[in-house]
Amino acid sequence: MASSTLESVSAEALAGVPRRPGARLWRRARRNGLSFAALVAIVVIALLAVLAPWVAPYDPDATDAQAVLERPSVRHWLGTDIFGRDQLSRIIWAGRLDLLVALSATAMALTAGAVLGALAGYRGGLVDQFVMRLVDTIMAFPAFILAMGITAAAGNSTVNVVVAIAVTHVPIYTRLIRGEMLRVREMEYAEAARTVGNPQRRIIFYHLLPNCVPPVIVQATLAMGFAILTVAALSFIGLGIQPPQSEWGAMTAEGASYIVSGEWWIFLFPGLAIMVTVLAFNLVGDTLRDVLDPRMRGLA
Amino acid sequence: MGLGRYLLTRVLLVVPTLFGVTVVTFVLTYLLPGNPALVKAGPLATPEHIQEMERRMGLDQPVPVQYWRYLSALLRGDFGESATTGRPVLEDFRQRVPATLELTLASLLIAVALGIPLGVIAAVRRDGPVDHLSRLVGVGGVAMPTFWTGLLAIYVVFYHLGLAPPPLGRLSPGVTAPPTVTGLYTLDALLAGNLVAFRSALHQLLLPALTLGFSVMAPVTRMVRATMLEILESDYIKAAWAAGLPRRAIVYGDALRNCLIPVVTLLGVVFGFLMAGNVVVEIVFAWPGIGNYAVTSLLTKDAAPIQGFVLFVAVVYVAINFTVDLVYGLIDPRVRLR
Repeated sequence: MASSTLESVSAEALAGVPRRPGARLWRRARRNGLSFAALVAIVVIALLAVLAPWVAPYDPDATDAQAVLERPSVRHWLGTDIFGRDQLSRIIWAGRLDLLVALSATAMALTAGAVLGALAGYRGGLVDQFVMRLVDTIMAFPAFILAMGITAAAGNSTVNVVVAIAVTHVPIYTRLIRGEMLRVREMEYAEAARTVGNPQRRIIFYHLLPNCVPPVIVQATLAMGFAILTVAALSFIGLGIQPPQSEWGAMTAEGASYIVSGEWWIFLFPGLAIMVTVLAFNLVGDTLRDVLDPRMRGLA
Repeated sequence: MGLGRYLLTRVLLVVPTLFGVTVVTFVLTYLLPGNPALVKAGPLATPEHIQEMERRMGLDQPVPVQYWRYLSALLRGDFGESATTGRPVLEDFRQRVPATLELTLASLLIAVALGIPLGVIAAVRRDGPVDHLSRLVGVGGVAMPTFWTGLLAIYVVFYHLGLAPPPLGRLSPGVTAPPTVTGLYTLDALLAGNLVAFRSALHQLLLPALTLGFSVMAPVTRMVRATMLEILESDYIKAAWAAGLPRRAIVYGDALRNCLIPVVTLLGVVFGFLMAGNVVVEIVFAWPGIGNYAVTSLLTKDAAPIQGFVLFVAVVYVAINFTVDLVYGLIDPRVRLR
């Protein structure tokens, strides 16, 4: 008796969670100043990225021989680089690219992970074995090193960077969704869906998968930050996004040469942009976890 | 499950993983765009010459045959040849691994020596000032790109304060390397009693090691804090409080000791972070290790060293995770039941 009460309570709680996570996030964020700031930061960064052509004060690629290596000033808020390009404009445009790459990679990994994890979790047996060995193999590589290897082999292009990052992120989602699937496939509504004769594909992707979503949202938010760091690091070492495309990691790398001559603004600001963006995603991810999974509150 | 069977299953699980790893590196090397025969034959080669080169390199063979040749070469220790240095990749590795090892070990030491106490104190005095600091480190440290932290360190400590030497390798110019025993300059210099070389090596090592150590400290602190919090909530700790044991005995005796077991398993994760950070830190500080070697090869489109590096790191990663599993199974018999 006691256990069935417990089960129904947790089932209710879980069923109630995905209904309005947005509202709950908002309520929690308003109470916690840091979460609120992070949420606002993401909105602002996203807006800047979308509106880059209109909000960037200069053309990001326009050189100006009269304004080479200028310190931050009223004319150029974040200074200029060796070609006289406006750093602020370049950082805004770079954000557009970095966010797009991170978002595409996350979406790609999430889709692949959802399909693989759902099939493995629901079907079990050989399918499960195969998927899990595949995941183990990917996880045998440190993520960044594998992304490096893939981009090096496939060639430098934005699309290849997206694919490389997506591949390294697939295991996270596959394992997560497989675990959730193992749980929900035993639920009564899954049994009900089977009893009325739904085809398997419909049961998996229509009835069960949506109920595996909450932990995935948390993971995807945290993974966004990680993806941004990876794109930036790949570009920093000269892989991935190529100049003259502005990208945060590549801009930091350009700035590295000017440290010894004291031109600090070239390396400082792009790195700061990375940090603020990743920090914002991580904080929102943590808040989301608290909202969706109260057991983790304050622990991690 | 008995200890013997546990060991056996662990070993049996590593084999397919290593097999998978070689398949991935093989795919990366051979099946993606770019014809290595074309590269090797040079830009002026005739089609016949290229065909001849393909035949000699075995590129006209079916894929499974090519994979088999690749695998057997690996087992013989043949990682291919670097087009830039003109030497076997393994040879180049042997020369550079000690540099990477020295940097990695120093960073690990820093991360563990600072990260574990920080995590423990944060958990014990939850919501106190140290806890806030630990959260700042945990959240901020993960968000800061390692290459940027390194540049920041160079700008402040070297350029402004003048406290660090120029970020250019393992020894200051004019200082000769100590005779090789371990390959770690700081240790070798001490063994040789060469204090000049020791000071120089330590001086050069400090900033890159702090940079890398800081980037790894964040996950260590976070995980130690979370584990410690969980343990402090557990029944046996509550029982210890109820029995009236002194606080010191509970926190530093029971809780900390039990916390360190899960922390051992972090080593695998930490190594992943270390390797990723290592590549960029070696670039930023011109550190002559294997990460630097791999990136230099990337820029000259020299395939063998990169694939060798990816394979090497993966094998070490698998080995570390395997060892961690074993150690964990040895110290905590419950694990063997899973």
